[in-house]
Amino acid sequence: MKEESLLSVTHLRTRFHIYEGTVTAVDGIDFDVYRGETLGVVGESGCGKSVTALSILRLLASPPAEIQGTVLFGGVNLLDLNLDEIRRIRGNAISMIFQEPMTSLNPVLTIGEQVSEAIRLHQGAERQEAWSKAVEMLQMVQIPSPQMRAHEYPHQLSGGMRQRAMIAMALSCHPRLLLADEPTTALDVTIQAQIVDLMERLKEEFETSIVLITHNLGLIAEMAKRVLVMYMGKVVEEASVEDLFREPLHPYTQGLLGSIPWIGQKQKTGRRQLQEIPGVVPSLLEMPDGCRFHPRCSRVRDICVKEGPPLVRSGDGRRVLCWLWA
Amino acid sequence: MTETTQPQSRRIQRSADSQLRRNWAKLRRNKTALVGGILILIYLITALLAPVLFPSNPSAPNLSRSLERPSIADPLGTDELGRSILGRVIYGSRVSLLIAIGVVFVGLLVGVPLGLVSGYYGGKVDFGIQRVTDTLLAFPGFLLALALVAVLGVGLKNTIISVGISMVPIYIRLVRGCALSVREQTYVEAAKAVGTRDRIILLRHILPNVMIPITIQTSLGMGTGILSAAALGFLGLGVQPPTPEWGAMLGSGRAYLFHAPHVATFPGIAIFLAVLGFNLAGDGLRDVLDPRFRL
Repeated sequence: MKEESLLSVTHLRTRFHIYEGTVTAVDGIDFDVYRGETLGVVGESGCGKSVTALSILRLLASPPAEIQGTVLFGGVNLLDLNLDEIRRIRGNAISMIFQEPMTSLNPVLTIGEQVSEAIRLHQGAERQEAWSKAVEMLQMVQIPSPQMRAHEYPHQLSGGMRQRAMIAMALSCHPRLLLADEPTTALDVTIQAQIVDLMERLKEEFETSIVLITHNLGLIAEMAKRVLVMYMGKVVEEASVEDLFREPLHPYTQGLLGSIPWIGQKQKTGRRQLQEIPGVVPSLLEMPDGCRFHPRCSRVRDICVKEGPPLVRSGDGRRVLCWLWA
Repeated sequence: MTETTQPQSRRIQRSADSQLRRNWAKLRRNKTALVGGILILIYLITALLAPVLFPSNPSAPNLSRSLERPSIADPLGTDELGRSILGRVIYGSRVSLLIAIGVVFVGLLVGVPLGLVSGYYGGKVDFGIQRVTDTLLAFPGFLLALALVAVLGVGLKNTIISVGISMVPIYIRLVRGCALSVREQTYVEAAKAVGTRDRIILLRHILPNVMIPITIQTSLGMGTGILSAAALGFLGLGVQPPTPEWGAMLGSGRAYLFHAPHVATFPGIAIFLAVLGFNLAGDGLRDVLDPRFRL
């Protein structure tokens, strides 16, 4: 089923010009986010997941980033907007939550002040009105006694509560798209589960689409419908969650899935030791020729070293960037 | 629910002001801060209660009692015009307090916004502001103040402006450094991600997080300000007679140093104690508030 796409990213390329040279953190990626869906983005550290999200909202101020391509959101290319126009979108139509709940809240402002900031900004609400809306949001993210908690400072809240407050802040203007950058990474497992439930529930309630950026495949399996696998700034595979876990096509995806520990599977399937992907991610300054994954790939062929792989699409919306399927 | 919320809210209320109370207790236990605080307190009381402490006009000359040694009638003696040194030291505290506040005000007013803008925006703005700051810092602070007096002329207002401007680069550097580190914090990024304007980010997110170093520098700056203003007064380039100003008193007492040493000694002690008070208080504040020293 092809629904209407909410966000359509084409040929997005983000480069940083630094002293040592030019780093291409995101290298010509394309993807769509449909209304009400959760799109998972997985990959190792430094593969460009976060930069993709930050590029969409143009939050990469320093070091100077060069963003090319188009990011269509509601028919408007976000990359063409001026600073005032993009500011009206940030936190309003598109919102973002960050990885570290410990440092994402300002230590000198109360929770209520921070949550009401976005409300006052985008809905032109008065201080009083924004405050009561903020308290309402805190209640919605299940912070106990929100009235009182709103008057507290971040250091008085636990990590899970801070992440809830961050979510309240991000959702306070009912955005149509939420960019969640590792929303549960800094939290312990039980709190992770609560946050996942909360995001699921709020997604239903506000009909928000979510781009879920993570390296936690378990989280992807639980929340996402479609998945993008990124490696060194490229989307190497796109598939529905079921397909991806059942039959990963790209050797990198296979490696990623092989490196998940499966409890109790060994006896049944005779599965061997935990696998790893050999080698390390090369520096973005020294991109390998041909396929970027070839130095680490277990099924490398001659052509992989010489030429970049073609994009292979199959009928069910899957795509893979690999010579194996060409 | 209400029953459980009530005691909890009280507990949290307590933990909120206990931060203040803890710092206050630490400040009191800190000997440096305590001595500094007492000196500043004496200084403030003297300045505020000057007309009560010394009811007659400190600037009215009485030539028949010129250069008298300390006595019961004039505990600190009299100067070359027969004016009570005690009275002039007491009224001098008002002038120097005015200078201290004025100088720091000028420094903050110009230095803090420039430092914030420079640190937050970076790039060309930062480069421009920093090169001007470099140029100003290349001169010793006092020399800069002296040069400014040469341009602006003498007097109380010009003393405050010149000494204040000579402090501006210090505030710019301090605030810029702090703003540089604060702007990289995730909460600033988060504020941007909800669409907050730069002006509001600067005022609500960055400024409050750089208040501690500013507070410490302000206390230290008051000490330096008094000293620089007194030095200008000593050279006759500061506050002009007959206004009782410590530096000027020191300067005019210099001529009688051998046969009437009290004329120069007591204003000198007053300057020393006031500057000591602000410096000790600044050091004490730093010890208590600066997390880098908190282990």
